[in-house]
Amino acid sequence: MSEYSIYGALELGLIFALVALGVLISFRVLRFPDLTVDGSFPLGGACAAVLISNGVDPFTATIVATGAGAIAGMITGLLNVKLKIMDLLASILMMIALYSINLRIMGRPNVPLISEPTVFSILQPASIPDFKAKVLIMLVIVVLVKLALDWFFSTEKGLAMRATGSNPRMARSQGVATGAMVLLGMAISNALVAMAGALYAQSNGNADISMGIGTIVIGLAAVIVGESILPSRRLVVATLAVIIGAVLYRFFIAMALNADFIGLGAQDLNLVTAILVTVALVIPIIKRKLKPKKNRV
Amino acid sequence: MLSAQNLQLTFNPDTPIETRALRGMSLDIPEGQFVTVIGSNGAGKSTFLNAVSGDQEIDAGTIIIDGRDVTKQTVWKRAKLVARVFQDPMAGTCEDLTIEENLALASNRGQRRGLKAAVQKAMRDEFKARLETLGLGLENRLTDRIGLLSGGQRQAVSLLMAAMRPSRILLLDEHTAALDPRTADFVLKLTARIVEENRLTTMMVTHSMRQALDVGDRTVMLHQGQVVLDVSGDERKGMDVTDLLHMFEKVRGEKISDDALLLS
Repeated sequence: MSEYSIYGALELGLIFALVALGVLISFRVLRFPDLTVDGSFPLGGACAAVLISNGVDPFTATIVATGAGAIAGMITGLLNVKLKIMDLLASILMMIALYSINLRIMGRPNVPLISEPTVFSILQPASIPDFKAKVLIMLVIVVLVKLALDWFFSTEKGLAMRATGSNPRMARSQGVATGAMVLLGMAISNALVAMAGALYAQSNGNADISMGIGTIVIGLAAVIVGESILPSRRLVVATLAVIIGAVLYRFFIAMALNADFIGLGAQDLNLVTAILVTVALVIPIIKRKLKPKKNRV
Repeated sequence: MLSAQNLQLTFNPDTPIETRALRGMSLDIPEGQFVTVIGSNGAGKSTFLNAVSGDQEIDAGTIIIDGRDVTKQTVWKRAKLVARVFQDPMAGTCEDLTIEENLALASNRGQRRGLKAAVQKAMRDEFKARLETLGLGLENRLTDRIGLLSGGQRQAVSLLMAAMRPSRILLLDEHTAALDPRTADFVLKLTARIVEENRLTTMMVTHSMRQALDVGDRTVMLHQGQVVLDVSGDERKGMDVTDLLHMFEKVRGEKISDDALLLS
């Protein structure tokens, strides 16, 4: 792998670390299998690209995109909490609705950002080449988000949200409005995913209607890889684990796609993802089988 | 303190499996009283408890706690007034959270939860002091996941949690039924102590007639969704299980056939 592709993998890994943190909140904290992310990732990209190409400053555009993701997540939550639609189905409904909404926002399937300023071009110090600066900027963003999440989950509200996912009946009997907690958690989760989408579009130079395909699998892959490397029930560790998982996952992908002798190309990305996730899921099972049987506790 | 008037509830109405769980059930509990509730399977004990806590919506009737009509209130709004320990030791605590996080959650029952740190230094000292009273050594395991504790330990912590904040009524739903006899005895004694220390108005559902007479100041028997027997004071003091059985047979004109009720 060239130096350039290493930095590329790092940058993508850090962008998808935001997705992974979002997926951690929905799948692990709330135990809400949420596929909305396949729609909220391009939603973030679409909002940011359209706003920036219309002259809005990139920071405002990114914040608006993040807010749009929060609303999308909240609607999925509402479908589930208020209309009692099964969680998975509610998120699929929102996901396909977002496909049309994203097309409406963009007005066409692809919005390019070539000469426009982006968060990265503004923050980039003149002395550092842009592919390195992007990694640095993403690292700062991801660390800030991780610290913010760690803080939130140690507050009274954050604790109530964790209880909601872990034991909703108990949470209610302690006076937690569990429905509101699901809405809030889904909003935070999809806000992070949309922020990742907005940054991805700015880094990549365009927003595309198909950029969201497989986002949930990549997010889950990062969570699963992270958990198998750094297994812990402590949330502070889990947020670090999924970030490492996201970056490592991107490295695996980059290596697989760059190794010419395997003969894989960019079009094989999703296939490689599926295989990687399967392997990450199977390894713990094989490990358990290989361990000498102990007396059951 | 608690006043339940003419509660009606039918499960699966207008179907072949229609069940009338509560049929005009009424019960008043004055402040500070400890009531034990018995009845055979399907008598409506748990349904009644769930109706009081708000877990179960009722078809008709009113539930008043501390002078407030709470019939239409959600579970989490009622949590300000109602504390509860479940039958299943796994149900009353959050297994993914640590002991101190569970206690912190309970110390905010019914309160607004904001962005303050959930577990603070001063709280830890209080948690330790409270856990020490259990004599289980849990005061040294504050940051252990509660899922690592045994059922009896978790039930003991649930009791502490229920008493963490003042409540207008404490609901205990066969909270010793899933424990082995020795642990059940420990948890029951702990219950009696906590209720007395905090002078809690309490309603305890139990499957055991013995238990129902041993603790508390009043015993109520449910049958087919109604109160059929209500004993307290001197009348209750001299009673044993056989007396209770005879009274029940007299009231209902039929024999109890639920072995579990007789044998436990």
